[in-house]
Amino acid sequence: MLKDYLGIGIFLAVGLVMPLIILAVSALLQKISIRYAKTEGPAKYETYECGIETKGDTWVQFKTSYFLYALVFVVFDVEAIFLFPWAVTFQELGTPAFIKMFIFITILVVGFWHAWKEGALEWK
Amino acid sequence: MNETVYVIAFYILAAIVLFSAIGVVVLKNIVHSALLLALTFVGVAGIYVLLNADYLAAVQVMVYAGAIAILIAFGVMLTRRPNMKESNPFNSSAVVGFVVAAGLFGTMAWAILTTTFPLGLTAPTDEISVRGVAKLLLEDYTVSFEAAALLLTVAMAGAIIIAKGAKKA
Repeated sequence: MLKDYLGIGIFLAVGLVMPLIILAVSALLQKISIRYAKTEGPAKYETYECGIETKGDTWVQFKTSYFLYALVFVVFDVEAIFLFPWAVTFQELGTPAFIKMFIFITILVVGFWHAWKEGALEWK
Repeated sequence: MNETVYVIAFYILAAIVLFSAIGVVVLKNIVHSALLLALTFVGVAGIYVLLNADYLAAVQVMVYAGAIAILIAFGVMLTRRPNMKESNPFNSSAVVGFVVAAGLFGTMAWAILTTTFPLGLTAPTDEISVRGVAKLLLEDYTVSFEAAALLLTVAMAGAIIIAKGAKKA
């Protein structure tokens, strides 16, 4: 059990340490550059984005169309959760489980068809 | 050796859960609060893993850290605020909030302290692992399994009606 999660543990540790290292390197480079170059000006404190000048605020309001996608996503995410145990025991449980899962998916496809028909997937 | 690793892992995860949960309440930017809420969910999933409840951990990561956190982040992004840096202020009902939170904490602490937990030294049964859940869902509780599909479909139809408005019959 412990060995199975060792990979995730290492992943988590790297994920936590890596940003700190990057920030530290950035801070170090900043110190060095201040010692050598005395370039000042408003451009120095601009947000860098692929060389394009940034405009306006970072926190903009998103279109409400996204929210419907998020809701449909949540429904199918929960569906995936039900698929997961079936996929693991597919070999053991055999055909009856397959038929039950087929019914399950069919019911959800009806919902998906309804969403499609209502134009929930169309971008406005 | 093994025991120590579990204890250390538990304390690290508990610290992640507690500090990110405090951050959800304390931070001024509501987007940061939403992201820390996702971190809280991931930490709770880690604690489920320590309890040998793998499937529950997967559900926690996929549904809570995945879907619910995204839904909350979307809800935040869709609303427009004049200044994002002060979008999560302490409101005027802080005293009432403190009393309610203290009451909830007291009740839960009382319930936990007065319960005697039988120390089960046997390994966790198959019931809580993925295989056990699959057997229960697909063999014993098929009707509720299909009802869940129906419920999801109804939820989606309801979401579409709320978002797009019901058609006139």
